[in-house]
Amino acid sequence: MKKILSSTTALVALGVAGVAMAPASASAAELRFMCYSDGNECEVYDDVIDRFEEANPGVTVVVDTVPYQAILENLPVQLAAGEGPDIAKVTDLGGLNEYYLDLEPYVDAGYWQESFGGTLDWYRGGADRQGIYGMHSQLTVTGAFVNATLFEQAGVDLPGAGATWEDWAAASRAVSEATGAPFPMAIDRSGHRVAGPAISYGAALFNDDGEAILVDDGFQAFVQQFVDWHEDGTIARDVWAGQGGATYQDAAQEFINGDLVFYYSGSWQVSRMNDQVGDFFDWQVIGSPCGPAGACSGMPGGAGIVAFAETEYPEEAAALIDFLAQEDVYAEVAARTRNLPAHLGVAGAGVSFEDVSPAAQAALNGFAGSLPDIAPAAFAYQGYAGNRAMYGITVERVSQAIVGELTVEEAMERARADLEAAMSN
Amino acid sequence: MATDTQTGASAPVSHEPIDASVAARAQTIKVSRDGIALTALSAVMRLIEVPFLALQRMLGINKLAWVFLLPNLLLFGLFAFLPIILNGFYAMTGGDNVLLQDRPYIGAQNFDLLSSCDNFLDPNSCLQDKFWRAVWNTTWFVTLQVGIMVGFSLLTALILNREIRARGFFRSVFFFPVLLSPVVVALIWKWILQREGVLNAFLDWTGIGGYNWLIDADWAFAWTVFLSVWAHMGFYTLILLAGLQAIPRDVYEAATMDRASAWRTFTKITLPLLSPTMLVVLVLALIKGVQTFDEVYAFTGGGPGTATTFIIQYIYEEGFAGAPRLFGLAAAASLMVAGVLVLLTLVQLWINRRNVDG
Repeated sequence: MKKILSSTTALVALGVAGVAMAPASASAAELRFMCYSDGNECEVYDDVIDRFEEANPGVTVVVDTVPYQAILENLPVQLAAGEGPDIAKVTDLGGLNEYYLDLEPYVDAGYWQESFGGTLDWYRGGADRQGIYGMHSQLTVTGAFVNATLFEQAGVDLPGAGATWEDWAAASRAVSEATGAPFPMAIDRSGHRVAGPAISYGAALFNDDGEAILVDDGFQAFVQQFVDWHEDGTIARDVWAGQGGATYQDAAQEFINGDLVFYYSGSWQVSRMNDQVGDFFDWQVIGSPCGPAGACSGMPGGAGIVAFAETEYPEEAAALIDFLAQEDVYAEVAARTRNLPAHLGVAGAGVSFEDVSPAAQAALNGFAGSLPDIAPAAFAYQGYAGNRAMYGITVERVSQAIVGELTVEEAMERARADLEAAMSN
Repeated sequence: MATDTQTGASAPVSHEPIDASVAARAQTIKVSRDGIALTALSAVMRLIEVPFLALQRMLGINKLAWVFLLPNLLLFGLFAFLPIILNGFYAMTGGDNVLLQDRPYIGAQNFDLLSSCDNFLDPNSCLQDKFWRAVWNTTWFVTLQVGIMVGFSLLTALILNREIRARGFFRSVFFFPVLLSPVVVALIWKWILQREGVLNAFLDWTGIGGYNWLIDADWAFAWTVFLSVWAHMGFYTLILLAGLQAIPRDVYEAATMDRASAWRTFTKITLPLLSPTMLVVLVLALIKGVQTFDEVYAFTGGGPGTATTFIIQYIYEEGFAGAPRLFGLAAAASLMVAGVLVLLTLVQLWINRRNVDG
């Protein structure tokens, strides 16, 4: 009997202690940060966030590193089901706006406006929305890498500033023929990547009322040129014809192997080129060639960090993003991850990128230097909430024209219809 | 002097060998242990019997079967039937919200959209051309893959059923690809067939010259069929081999005595007696063929263009990979696939029944 009584007393004591301890444990906030890396971003964030945790006792941040595909496909479903993380690094900037936490009540709005300017619009998901929804953590710009060694071996001069897409195509073909490099040109299989050249060919992408149209004469002119270049062997068929659906495919490996003369991709590839090309050959960034419409536009883009409205700890989540947005922290992350800064203060002061070769430093400067050439339509496209649908439609229909399933006219007609259907959903 | 414990009479001294005596004693102990085990088991059974007897009295003997089915029913209900029902609801809603309550009811619009065609044989005349391209790709794929696979499986099974050297080894060799993950199969063949792959290296070495197989629509489709046959043939070979071994030997002996030719024996004995197994193989292969996705997705991504995009990939891309996520359209397409699969199963049942009825 005594035993039973003492056991009961012990259990009750444990229960009381548990109840007493409950408020203490409830005050500890654990933030889950869903992160993907193009290079070493998540690793650097994990490191930097340790300092935030030291400065904010009771707040722990778990950085969950996931594949990019999980950010694209799983995160939206998790958010819709109310099971998302507290914070995430996203690329569908405006498309997920309905789930974002407005950071404005928790941060110094003036500092954010001054530091991030126009990129704040990309997270708003529409001109009618105000507020601060995300920190653009890495600014990317599309542009071309060229294998300077192949040009030198071929005895072909690099086309100068203001050279057109046709000039570069002719030069790349000449280099390919002279050196035996299998591919003169390649463009990543991505709707985002072809948008810049299409704008340079006159694509407006939106009508006068700001509604998405995607296909117009300028867009169709570039698609026709793009398909023709596939047919005459100027562009490597493997990239666009080697995949189905809207699957992304790059040609970085072909460039790194020295098989490709001209590779149109973006600033996020610099780190990879820096690490993998080494002294195998000389390479450089030439920005975006010009088109018949007079523009020499690439596309801006990148990724940003957002908090979600369903978080249990809005204040802590906002504090963490605000910490990452501070100029010194942002500059450190940009330097260590070798990404172009979207923070105007950091960009103005310049970034000394860590562990980069002179070629990579010059490439990053080259990309940064091409920012003024980006057309307003490109910024509008990047900030448009429905841009992922438009990118997907572009890839699917242009691929069908390349492999001959549809003519360019049929493909563009289908693209218009697809866009109409997508916008009605 | 030994004494009979029951009668008290003296018994003669046993001259049995000592081993037999020990064995007998061990047998006695085993029997008594078995007896204890049986008693314990029957006690446990009686414990279980009590509530079931009560249940039987309450429900009646017919309804008691449901009690035994309940655990499985719950599992199947939750993870199979409920999703099917939900799928039906999703197919009648629009928008890109995930939660059913946030999705507007649109009736049969998704089905109308999928079936809006001027000419079903020409995907370009359909509103959802990608769906009909996937349907026709799947139809061609299933026809070729099933036909070739069942033919080769039968041939292989016939060979492996003969008394050949290293028969066990060859049986393992043909079954081995079945053990591989579909993605591994796809990656292996991609490495072999890509521009700088093993096959092209060999063709270059022979002087024939390589070819970029996977960006040519016809070749990509042909290799997809080949890959699928290679990966799954072993499974169906095994089933057909079991079917062949179940055919009584004496039928063949009788054919030999009647001097029937090998071809006549094959067509008049082997094939008819193998037909029930063949039917199972055909239906399983058809259903599996319609469901093809993972290995082809990892192999070609559905390209070039839509050349190897099959119906399950279409559903996946509309519902999950694309933007906006058209769950309703994907659900409607998947119901149409389910309809085809049900139809195939009914055909199987009908043929089976016809065979049984003679």
